[in-house]
Amino acid sequence: MHPQKTTLDLDAIRQQFPILAERINGHPLVYLDNAASTQKPLCVIDRISEVYRVDYANVHRGVHTLSQRSTDLFEEARETVRRFINARSTHEVIFVRGTTEAINLVAQTYGRSKLKAGDEILISAMEHHSNIVPWQMLAKETGVILKVAPICREGTLLMEDFEALLSEKTRLVSITQMSNALGTINPIKDIIRLAHARSIPVMVDGAQSAPHLPIDVTDLDCDFFAFSGHKLYGPSGIGVLYGKESLLQAMPPYQGGGDMIRRVTFEETEFNELPYKFEAGTPNIADTIALGTAIDFVEAIGMTAIADYEEQLLAYATSKALEIEGLRIIGRAPQKGAILSFTLDGIHPHDIGTLLDQLGIAIRAGHHCAMPVMDFFGLPATARASFALYNTFDEVDTLMDGIRQVIKLFK
Amino acid sequence: MLDQIRDLYQEVVFDHNRNPRNFRVMADANRTIEGFNPLCGDRITLYAKVIHGIIEDVSFQGAGCAISTASASLMTEIVKGQTEAEAEKLFETFHRMTTGKNGDDINLEEIGKLAVLSGVRAYPARVKCATLAWHSLQAALKNEGHSISTE
Repeated sequence: MHPQKTTLDLDAIRQQFPILAERINGHPLVYLDNAASTQKPLCVIDRISEVYRVDYANVHRGVHTLSQRSTDLFEEARETVRRFINARSTHEVIFVRGTTEAINLVAQTYGRSKLKAGDEILISAMEHHSNIVPWQMLAKETGVILKVAPICREGTLLMEDFEALLSEKTRLVSITQMSNALGTINPIKDIIRLAHARSIPVMVDGAQSAPHLPIDVTDLDCDFFAFSGHKLYGPSGIGVLYGKESLLQAMPPYQGGGDMIRRVTFEETEFNELPYKFEAGTPNIADTIALGTAIDFVEAIGMTAIADYEEQLLAYATSKALEIEGLRIIGRAPQKGAILSFTLDGIHPHDIGTLLDQLGIAIRAGHHCAMPVMDFFGLPATARASFALYNTFDEVDTLMDGIRQVIKLFK
Repeated sequence: MLDQIRDLYQEVVFDHNRNPRNFRVMADANRTIEGFNPLCGDRITLYAKVIHGIIEDVSFQGAGCAISTASASLMTEIVKGQTEAEAEKLFETFHRMTTGKNGDDINLEEIGKLAVLSGVRAYPARVKCATLAWHSLQAALKNEGHSISTE
């Protein structure tokens, strides 16, 4: 029996996503790879083509009507993002390609200008490669030291160890709000409070949290926050870096080029004001506008309602998974997003992935771009089902039935 | 329901996955190589004893999926006793079979039991699982460094 309390109108929502009507290998698609990327609603798909059909020209340049129209739409999207994360000002909203670029931007500008050899950056043991490698590259270049706060076997950050690692040399904390490999939701407000008590700024990787939890950067008081459009039912190739205005003002630009300047001579360049200082070159105009549409879409449903529903899905999936003999859930943190990472005794995750795909079920099998997490659990890989607002309890049943068939085949 | 995938997951594959042949450390190997598939994180250690151009013995260790384990197991069975040149030629044939490129003229007699892995060509994401052991063997025979990657 499925839980009765469903807060979302699933039929209406699913109709908004044309791809959910696809059949894969002769079966209805059951898309459970949402932590990698989410599918797109019609409004987003249509908005992209509409921009190119009727609204398109370059932004921030021309005096002609279309240029003004696309500039207005582009800047409206920035205001939509500001409202979505409750930033104080649109000056604090910088458009980038995605979370990865946002973290690289902070590493290459804030990191290179403010940090020196011997300074420490603190991350956690559950980070995605995109919140490890940019800091390692910075460390190689500058002599900055990368410290890693440990996690326990259930996948929870060890807060006492985290606090102990905040030293007088720590200059930055960069940490995920929700782990993509384990689902763990970190106590991000506590983390920020502890760091700020020592005047250490905090960057939050919101790639997984922004699509699934209400985000309020002013309430969190984080210094930087990054997320991607494509995990939020929006286009790929567009994401956001939020930064506190005072920090962004003091940082050097990331890339040089058009749009990020006020005045250029061959001797010197005067940089543009925020946020344009960090947006060199013609931006991803149509996808930025469509990101605004995606945010309008999730806000109309309500982030709290989405979080509540996904929590029910996860609770149901977890209870059903635990009934399966030989299935082990990787990541049992009490605070978790709708991510079910698991292994099956004697069956490699890659085989699980290929076999479930034959039943139309799309999951991720692998290291989830978090090899250190896999090493910690002594696993080469896990299978991961990750849920989104359009997934149903029936789909959880289909997944569990599929897993039983895989086990039977390997017997 | 999963019957249609029997072209890839044949009984021979399950057999070699459950009981991989030559699955052991070789103390007197004169070639050892670490193979790595960064896509899935699978690792294999391949051991070979090559004397006067003949693969006298070959074995492997590691943890991988059913396709990569079965492929490694089948490979060790078939190349044992072959010359380096024969093994190299067999890999070339196996590679054509698994990638489906110019695979029309595959000599089934030559590849023997390896034919059970021909189904992998319909699953491009899994071809690297089937070829990891072979890439490792090739590197071991060429005695290139100590680790290789499928990427």
